[in-house]
Amino acid sequence: MSQTFRRPEGGRIKRNKPVAFRFDGRALTGYEGDTLASALLANGVHLVGRSFKYHRPRGILTAGAEEPNALVTVSRDAARSTPNLRATQVEIYEGMTAESQNRWPSLAFDASAVNDLLSPIFVSGFYYKTFMWPAKFWTSVYEPRIRAAAGLGKAPELPDPDRYQSRFAHCDVLVIGAGPAGLAAALAAMESGARVILCDEQAEMGGSLLSDPDVTIEGQSGRQWSTDVIMALALSDRVTCLTRTTAFGYFADNFVALAERITDHMATPPASSPRERLWQVRAKQVVIATGALERPLVFPENDRPGILFADAARTYLNRYGVMAGRKTVVATACDSAYLAALDLHRAGVEVPAILDIRREGGALTAAARAAGIRVETGATVTGTRGRLRVASVEFGHVQADGSVRHDAVLPCDSLLMSGGWTPTLHMFSQSRGKLRYEEVTGRYLPGRSAEHERSAGACNGTMALGAVLDEGYAAGENAARAAGLATRGTKTFAVAGATTPDGQVLGALPHDRNPGRVKAFVDFQHDVTAKDIKLAVREGFRSIEHVKRYTTTGMATDQGKTSNMNALAIAAGALDKPIPAVGLTTFRMPYTPTTFGIFANTSRGDLFDPVRRTSTHDWAAAAGAEFENVGMWKRAWYFPRQGESMHAAVDRECRTVRAAVGIFDASTLGKIEVVGPDAAEFMHRIYVNPFLKLEVGRCRYGIMCRDDGFVYDDGVVGRIAADRFHVTTTTGGAPRVLSHMEDYLQTEWTDLKVWLTSTTEQWAVIAVQGPKAREAIAPLIEGIDLSKAAMPHMSVRMGTILGVPCRLFRMSFTGELGFEINVPAAYGKAIWEAVHARVVALGGCPYGTEAMHVLRAEKGYIIVGQDTDGTVTPDEAGVGWAVGKSKPDFVGKRGLARADLLKPGRTQLVGLATVDPKVVLEEGAQITPDADPAPRTHAIGHVTSAYHSAVLGRSIALAMVERGRSRLGETLHVPMPGGAIAVTVVDPVFYDKEGGRLDP
Amino acid sequence: MLLITCPICGPRPEIEFRNMGEAHIARPTPEGTSDDDMAAFLYLRSNPKGLIAERWRHVHGCARFFNAVRHTVTDKFVTVYEVGAPKPDLAALAADLAADLAAREAGR
Amino acid sequence: MTPEIKRVGAFEGLPAFPATSRVKAVPTGPLARILFRGSPAAAASVSAVFGAPLSTVPMRAGEAGGRAALWLGPDEWLLIGRDGEGEAILAAIAGAVAEPHSAVDVGHRNTGLVLSGARAVDVLNAGCPLDLHPSAFPIGMCTRTLLGKAEIVLWRQAADRFHIEGWRSFAPYLLGFLAEAAREYA
Repeated sequence: MSQTFRRPEGGRIKRNKPVAFRFDGRALTGYEGDTLASALLANGVHLVGRSFKYHRPRGILTAGAEEPNALVTVSRDAARSTPNLRATQVEIYEGMTAESQNRWPSLAFDASAVNDLLSPIFVSGFYYKTFMWPAKFWTSVYEPRIRAAAGLGKAPELPDPDRYQSRFAHCDVLVIGAGPAGLAAALAAMESGARVILCDEQAEMGGSLLSDPDVTIEGQSGRQWSTDVIMALALSDRVTCLTRTTAFGYFADNFVALAERITDHMATPPASSPRERLWQVRAKQVVIATGALERPLVFPENDRPGILFADAARTYLNRYGVMAGRKTVVATACDSAYLAALDLHRAGVEVPAILDIRREGGALTAAARAAGIRVETGATVTGTRGRLRVASVEFGHVQADGSVRHDAVLPCDSLLMSGGWTPTLHMFSQSRGKLRYEEVTGRYLPGRSAEHERSAGACNGTMALGAVLDEGYAAGENAARAAGLATRGTKTFAVAGATTPDGQVLGALPHDRNPGRVKAFVDFQHDVTAKDIKLAVREGFRSIEHVKRYTTTGMATDQGKTSNMNALAIAAGALDKPIPAVGLTTFRMPYTPTTFGIFANTSRGDLFDPVRRTSTHDWAAAAGAEFENVGMWKRAWYFPRQGESMHAAVDRECRTVRAAVGIFDASTLGKIEVVGPDAAEFMHRIYVNPFLKLEVGRCRYGIMCRDDGFVYDDGVVGRIAADRFHVTTTTGGAPRVLSHMEDYLQTEWTDLKVWLTSTTEQWAVIAVQGPKAREAIAPLIEGIDLSKAAMPHMSVRMGTILGVPCRLFRMSFTGELGFEINVPAAYGKAIWEAVHARVVALGGCPYGTEAMHVLRAEKGYIIVGQDTDGTVTPDEAGVGWAVGKSKPDFVGKRGLARADLLKPGRTQLVGLATVDPKVVLEEGAQITPDADPAPRTHAIGHVTSAYHSAVLGRSIALAMVERGRSRLGETLHVPMPGGAIAVTVVDPVFYDKEGGRLDP
Repeated sequence: MLLITCPICGPRPEIEFRNMGEAHIARPTPEGTSDDDMAAFLYLRSNPKGLIAERWRHVHGCARFFNAVRHTVTDKFVTVYEVGAPKPDLAALAADLAADLAAREAGR
Repeated sequence: MTPEIKRVGAFEGLPAFPATSRVKAVPTGPLARILFRGSPAAAASVSAVFGAPLSTVPMRAGEAGGRAALWLGPDEWLLIGRDGEGEAILAAIAGAVAEPHSAVDVGHRNTGLVLSGARAVDVLNAGCPLDLHPSAFPIGMCTRTLLGKAEIVLWRQAADRFHIEGWRSFAPYLLGFLAEAAREYA
């Protein structure tokens, strides 16, 4: 079969470019310019899917984004497989492979179609009513089986190999939709000199003009007019025209998200091209020109393949040269279906009848009759027949009492329907604009704006082409003017040959059948019928939001684009309330399903987050270091030797530091240069410690609190000059400490002459710790007397190392004699290598963060954020000595004096020694007085740090325990799944309590 | 993403800013402040439905702190002003907003 | 200085940027950089000795004699000079500025690259949320902002040339981000 439903001429497809593709394994051909739907219809294929719940055969219903039935999976390979695409939007390319979904084993024979026969039990709320018990079955049995049976397409299991890009864009006027209104708006905005972005979800701009052969605009055919306007827009360097680009989200302050599909329509996408681009557009003004969507008629068996929207059939005929059938009945409440009937009739398609629900017919009734088409007014469809495709239509006439008298059966192979048009309000509603209900036409329309936008054309309820163009142009002009541009005023377009699509019906149509037996579908994708909605109302649901969730109407991937208004009308009827009193459900983004890839965008792999490496990173990697993540930083964790376990490596590194010397990269510590005449006063206020009297060249371990009195950060501070301090912070705390300091300077102590500069990355910091530390660095340092007398513990000096300027700190986070060498970062690697050679020559080694943690814990030195948690005061953390008691004020002073913080019973830092020295506690474990506490027993503390100490030959731990310092010697318990671990409360300093090793 | 007008740099995207909490909560002096007043300073915030005066920082821009009045329902910024400037009359601003809304309703 | 003490730039060893006729990114190499903070009066004193003027108009760079002063905030300027000039600039400021101020060497903290070409704006806007149209971001404008998840200082030197400053450890991310965005223009 080769395109037997393709007309010999007409349409906008490229007939000289045939395209071969496969659908469910069948080889078919279409033309370049075809959608998958138009190519399938050209080949006579209507059956493209099975419905969600009843597995009823379903066909192509629409020609656009609103398609509920024709969902397909398009695959290039195992990883490039996209489920749930609308065949009406998929462009075919040479070699495309598309599959239908939700059927097994095949589309024509679907085993689950038995659900259709069981439909009396599949009423609304069926799942909620049936799968209630036992509760645990829901996740283990019911849900997986329901999901398997009611599946959409399958997501690929391989990582997405495609690339995605993003673009922030700005414009004066964003025009959403390039139909007649949008084109006119963009034209007006362009003529004012505005920066314009015009986007349209289709491959070609023009909207309804592309499928209307009859209209003329300004004396040219509508198609020619749109071609000329598009050309003028494309040639302007101030206009960005985006096709295949869906505006899917409208956010605050005119921030609109667009999804541009760049390569999905290409047979062989260029390797360098992203598949999709996320446009994040900030528009001064927006024109919404998103058109309107046709509605189905809700009559019994309105869902068979071969039944489609009237305007969709007209689009297939005029834009793609495809006939939806050879014998086509038309059922309508709207004039636009007459246009489809007349065009089809003209194209040689047999039109047995137009069934117009309206008693008087419409504007084109006479014209249709004049063309020789039978028109029945006051007529409605009462049922259809046909297994995999509609074969006949039953119809009757509506009587004066509202009943329906059956008239006749019309054999056919296709049935067109039109219930009228629903303005596409998604963008307006997402912008938080308020909808208004227009009683006369039964439509919701844009009401009060919340953003700088205006709607034009069919989405604004304007349906006559001339008025659409005028309104579009006026909207573009108005938008450009509001954006501050001079404009030429409005314009009136001369239009001929256009028919305004008047007439509509909402809700279910009357019929002569048993209402309990028939299925008249409202929501095609979720298989919700008119009687389901009525049942929900009978069962007590009043809010449309509840009816929606109970029946699932409007909750499918199409978000109810074709169904919401009918569902609302049926619910309103059942509730005996006017439509606006029932209310519309919320329009949520995205407008159409959007790939995860476009959201993840480039945030994957190496670009997921910045990975920060120190200047010694490559050296450490070459030395075999394992790394750990600390914030965005990679830090050398430990340096295992050949065949060495982590435990063995850390033990060795710790012993080496205590016995000889170790070298450690401390570059990630935050550093802030505090400079100005009031620098000391500022330090005095921002830290709990006194700072005014700190001598130049000396250091102090500083504790910083927030005003609540809880420890916020800590670090060693060196006074470089009278007006200059070198502050260090924790690795993770660097940005927040800088922000905290800036906050007080900018908003609290604005009189202080002092400024802050982050120098974290200016300096590479090489810590050399151990009894041989001085010996290790001495030969390399110039200009600094390293002797104990000249450079005591906690001092800082300026000099050079191997000729490179350095700030040398004498300080220790290990309890050993120690130095930290700060050199400009680009010299970090070279200086490290030189110092490392000295360290190794003295029997030392590099050590990583794990050994650093063990060494400091042996000394009871806290790590803010590990041993503290934001609710711990300096005293509770064991560093109460740092607080300058006589200072009139410092950040945290008043907070620390609050009664709640002075209550007895708060936790305090202690050491824990396990009774069994081999057992290492788990950090975070709870502490109780009893070994076997009763359930819900209050824990009196928790373990904050726990390690094996090689030097001590036993485990050590730090913990926060209620009244901990009064419990020294007490035995407590750490209940664990394998039984409680007995611990003794001890002083947190495990090693060298006298501190003699710090200053040998 | 909101568009926030920095008093120094002009309108800039929200991701360049940090919200720093409610504005005009004066830091008490250590002396003469009751525990209740201190607790209120630390922990009690107005959390209104409607206009709120907030502290913001253009951290990825000029790095300045500033104050702004924002509507917590619509997220619209009503005004921005520099640190140290007096707190605007929120009730008057709310009345202006209501009048503006009424005028737009009437004009439609 | 001992000859074996090698300086390692932040961009060394990174994958090459896919330079094309439409966009290329070239690291600036080492530069002197001083972060100056103080009042506008102090800034005026600096202008006199630094050469390039410190703008009091927000978001403007002053340039002269191979030096540039980038306005970052109302009391904050990034002074850029040739490699090796850092000490001299600091000394000049110390000698000439009587007003209270702060001058800190950030020559190694920051790292710079120049992105140029007809597609430079598009590549930047892959991750920079600002409007880079010449009417909104003219030549000579500079500001701190974001590129993807990293903070940068962005300075437009010409219609199609931008100087980008970032912190040293962000160099691989910045270059990688720009390279990914530039792929389609290769």
